Amino acid sequence: MAMAAFRREGRRFAAPLLSPRPITAVRPSLFSEEDGHAGVRSISTQVVRNRMKSVKNIQKITKAMKMVAASKLRAIQVRTENSRGLWQPFSALLGDIPSVDVKKNVIVTISSDKGLCGGINSTAVKTSKALHKLTSGPDKETKYVILGEKAKAQFVRDSKKDIEIIITELQKNPLNYTQVAVLADDILKNVEFDALRIVFNKFHSVVSFLPTMATVLSPEVVERESESGGKISELDSYEIEGGETKGEILQNLAEFQFSCVMFNAVLENACSEQGARMSAMDNSSRNAGDMLDRLTLTYNRTRQASITTELIEIISGASALEG
Amino acid sequence: MFRQASRLLARTTALTRSRAFSSEVPATPAVDSTFIDSWKKVIPNMEPPSTPSSFMVTRPQTPTSIPSKLTVNFVLPYASELSAKEVDMVIIPATTGQMGVLPGHVPTIAELKPGVLSVHEGNETKKYFLSSGFAFIHANSVADIIAVEAVPVDHIDPNLVQKGLAEFTQKLSSATTDLEKAEAQIGVDVHSALNSALTG
Repeated sequence: MAMAAFRREGRRFAAPLLSPRPITAVRPSLFSEEDGHAGVRSISTQVVRNRMKSVKNIQKITKAMKMVAASKLRAIQVRTENSRGLWQPFSALLGDIPSVDVKKNVIVTISSDKGLCGGINSTAVKTSKALHKLTSGPDKETKYVILGEKAKAQFVRDSKKDIEIIITELQKNPLNYTQVAVLADDILKNVEFDALRIVFNKFHSVVSFLPTMATVLSPEVVERESESGGKISELDSYEIEGGETKGEILQNLAEFQFSCVMFNAVLENACSEQGARMSAMDNSSRNAGDMLDRLTLTYNRTRQASITTELIEIISGASALEG
Repeated sequence: MFRQASRLLARTTALTRSRAFSSEVPATPAVDSTFIDSWKKVIPNMEPPSTPSSFMVTRPQTPTSIPSKLTVNFVLPYASELSAKEVDMVIIPATTGQMGVLPGHVPTIAELKPGVLSVHEGNETKKYFLSSGFAFIHANSVADIIAVEAVPVDHIDPNLVQKGLAEFTQKLSSATTDLEKAEAQIGVDVHSALNSALTG
């Protein structure tokens, strides 16, 4: 009788050392039961323990990713806030007229290359598609310039014919003005436009990112709008210094404005990406923690249940023998 | 030099168009309502994106009389060197020569060449060497100077300037294609401007 008890005990301890029966789809339950020698069954907690281990690993990984995103955010937030003064003079001079009516619109969508950053790329793409719908009409055309892998993945599916340029791996080297200026030059040379609309996520705070659209007009449209009155009618009152003609200066001005606005937009988007990743990873760790709590309770319950079963068997066996 | 001096005088005295109701920017951050309305009609389910006008720092209205100080915003891609600083005068290196700006200056858009920007406040002067950029002078005596790079003049090393000048002059004489010529010419221009900044 005692030997039988020890045998059963031995089996209970040996069970975790042996590889457990693989979990098949037929047995969806958490508990796996093993048939012992004398038809005795002990419930194994192996499955639950495996799940707990993997959930704990996931929690560690997401916590680490959150720390990394937080440190990157701190670095880039400083630069973003410093660059915010860059586009303000242009808006002060030329105004901001998103409702301008032009024939050729080019939508520049800025997104991230890496994933796991929440919904910011989807909102940017949704906003761009909505803008496309808004600005399309008879004898008007709207094209896309895409920065970033995530927007590229979403756009090639349905708007492939409207895409002009795709640029990826923007953040391989730390962002700087020279790189963005070269990019802007590239876009300006290869794409015909009357108005450029840059769609990005503006960094408002660590938990809030606002989809924003900045408009840059080509010099001809600026001339047209300033002559016809409207928001930039005061442009004519400005004297022009340098250059041969007003047109040449306006051309340089438009190009410079585009590169400045792009630089700010790219920085803001990178900042938003890190902030969104921080909150996504934070939610992930918290969910993993909750799951771990629930699994721990289940584990303890099954462990206690199996001990109780063993005890009952032993005691009932013993009392049966005594008679 | 006389031309610039006379221009300086002519500019400051010629202006006193009193505008009762004007400023090229609204005094409060405004949103473009036509855009929002047309957005809502076509896409009723989504919020319209925000636009830069809602994030603008408000700018002062055009005053009726010439203010005593000039407000300068000097911005670079990496930092705002001076933001809304009240000064007496700035001298900017426009492509047509050094241009002095006093409060009440005619609204101007000026393209800048590599040169020295000096900011005069009371008795002190701060000098920065700028790579090119743009300068906007508004009717409300706000001057925006946007440059790609700027360094205080005392941070420039004369030896490196001489070396760079020699190098680019040599490159210019040995350049074959138009692109190389243009690049070498730019190098020569910048270095000679640096040189004159150090000496002048």
